[in-house]
Amino acid sequence: MNPQTILVYDGTFDGFLCCVFTVYDQKITDPIIRKRSQTNNQLFTITEDIITKKQQAIRVWNGFKKKTTSNEQRGFFKAFLSEIKGVENTLLNYMKSIFIKTSRNAIDFSNKDILKISQVARMVEREKHRMEAFVRFQLIKDSLYVSTVAPDFNVLPLIIHHFKDRYADQKWLIFDTTRKYGIYYDLNSVEIVTFDNVSEIDPKTIKGHYCNQEIDFQKLWTTYYNNVNIKARKNTKLHVQHLPKRYWKYLTEKM
Amino acid sequence: MKSLERSKIKFNAQQPNMLFDRIREKLSILADAAKYDVSCASSGGKRANTNKGLGNNTGMGICHSYTEDGRCVSLLKILLTNHCIYDCAYCVTRKSNDIKRAAFKIQEVVDLTINFYRRNYIEGLFLSSGIFKNADYTMERLINVAKKLRLEENFNGYIHLKSIPGTSDELMREAGLYADRLSVNIEIPTVSGLKLLAPDKKHEDFIKPMEKVKNEIIQYNTERKIIKSTPRYAPAGQSTQMIIGATGESDRDIMYSATYYYKKFNMRRVYYSGYVPVLTDNRLPSLGTEVPMLRENRLYQTDWLLRFYGFSVNEILNDTHKNLDLDIDPKLSWALRNLNLFPIDINTANKLMLARVPGIGMQSVYKILEARKFRNLDWSHLKAIGIALNRAQYFITCNSKDFHKKELSASSLKNILLKNSNSKYTKHFNQQLSLFS
Ligand code: SF4
Repeated sequence: MNPQTILVYDGTFDGFLCCVFTVYDQKITDPIIRKRSQTNNQLFTITEDIITKKQQAIRVWNGFKKKTTSNEQRGFFKAFLSEIKGVENTLLNYMKSIFIKTSRNAIDFSNKDILKISQVARMVEREKHRMEAFVRFQLIKDSLYVSTVAPDFNVLPLIIHHFKDRYADQKWLIFDTTRKYGIYYDLNSVEIVTFDNVSEIDPKTIKGHYCNQEIDFQKLWTTYYNNVNIKARKNTKLHVQHLPKRYWKYLTEKM
Repeated sequence: MKSLERSKIKFNAQQPNMLFDRIREKLSILADAAKYDVSCASSGGKRANTNKGLGNNTGMGICHSYTEDGRCVSLLKILLTNHCIYDCAYCVTRKSNDIKRAAFKIQEVVDLTINFYRRNYIEGLFLSSGIFKNADYTMERLINVAKKLRLEENFNGYIHLKSIPGTSDELMREAGLYADRLSVNIEIPTVSGLKLLAPDKKHEDFIKPMEKVKNEIIQYNTERKIIKSTPRYAPAGQSTQMIIGATGESDRDIMYSATYYYKKFNMRRVYYSGYVPVLTDNRLPSLGTEVPMLRENRLYQTDWLLRFYGFSVNEILNDTHKNLDLDIDPKLSWALRNLNLFPIDINTANKLMLARVPGIGMQSVYKILEARKFRNLDWSHLKAIGIALNRAQYFITCNSKDFHKKELSASSLKNILLKNSNSKYTKHFNQQLSLFS
């Protein structure tokens, strides 16, 4: 049995594309691609550390772009952001089948990798929409609107555009408490931010910095929410199906 | 931040708590009175965020929350006031009803909208009102709220204004310049029902603003072709709502009315709202009568089939079939009445016919059309595509010798389907509603 090659990368999208580059460059068959942060406990393997090189990533991506529609490209990126274990290998197989393809024409929905990618992409897309819906900004001093979230997938990169476009005239920060980074808009552009001390962004600290009307508006919103309910139509099953309980912790009206 | 400063004065002036409490009370009264309007759509009619203002409308409505009855909360939906000079039997706001009355000031609605929007609670505002003094007087105030939001706050979020029946053409024209959507609720599907329940309202009063909005939209579309800068008019079009189960109308009456409004006034949406008994009145179902939610759901399914699946209304409802089945959805019901058209071959059937197979939704239709370019599809492909085989299998053949050869009668097929998707259907009776299974 030939030892299997494990390609280890830094977890970034560019890093992953460099793995694909290496697979083609060194003609590696059946590699496993995984993030550096995941520990390795497999025997009989060769581990190769992949260094992220922008140039290589761009070459791979440009090749992919030539043979796919922008929709498929977005789907590919979304599937990557799912961070589902082993998704890199499905993406690699998918890319291989795309590179074999001769033209840009139709998607073969009966190919199982393609189907899998489109399913995962749809899950990520759904989480993206949930974040666009469930982010609740709280206004703190210095006119900054802050929100903390803990999405199932790494979707902040996907929601930047939406929030930047919608809230163009207010400063805002959306922080992912699971992945410990945030996106911050300063009225000009959006930047990725991290905190040395995560307690700076915990609910208590945020509360301590509320601007003086914040609580009033939260109460008004809750009042509104409670008054639009029609008791005669109560349907708890449907309610939690649309609004799964794991999201309640950041919904003002559910606190 | 202009709006924040101003609202600070409003809520934190001299006696902050008193003012806040008063606003809160008004909000609870005027949200409560508006909630029977089921339209929550904030979709359609894109509006870009120009000049770095506040908000946009991407054309895809977002539900920011859900009520405990499972309905989407997307807009701040309130009445400007629940004072009303009319006495429509089906309405909580009617003159003779003994309830607390309240009225917002225009600026209060503006401040609430802006502050809710900035916190990502809502997509925009849906403003309606009881009729005080007369139609124009009321409509003018609704328009003023929208105008302030657009011009003073540079607000590009969604605005839906209710057109007050009987409003003049000039005001309807102005309303469309600021609102994304305009609607008049026809409420009672038949003219005779309207006479019975809202005797002082005239059918023409509902029709007039609809007609005006339709004509303005047509005019806008032609003018824009010549002059790019023509001001936009109600980009999300108009909608209406009908109350279901308040009078004795049949599903056929309802859907024929709906079809009429779709065609005649280019409605974007018709909403169906199961009547919630709120008043004692011998013309209406008594208090405690169950809200006809399942029936409402079947009507939405029918509406969907008419708009997206290429069905015409008389295929689903007609003289021999006046009401929709409650135990099965309208598409299955249609298929069972037309078994002679089945089974169809998945690999050759056209798009319209694929869409008519129970268990195959529009998304699956598209995927089948794509996938069959590459190979003849068999059961495993169809499963992977995600069609509901437990239902579809009785209506299709594919690249496999394995298929249902037995001729089944409509009623025995219905029984089988009800049985093997039992849970799904009993769920409906537990008020678990979904658009299509
Ligand atoms: S006019 Fe409108 S608000 Fe007034 S009673 Fe009739 S339906 Fe209700």
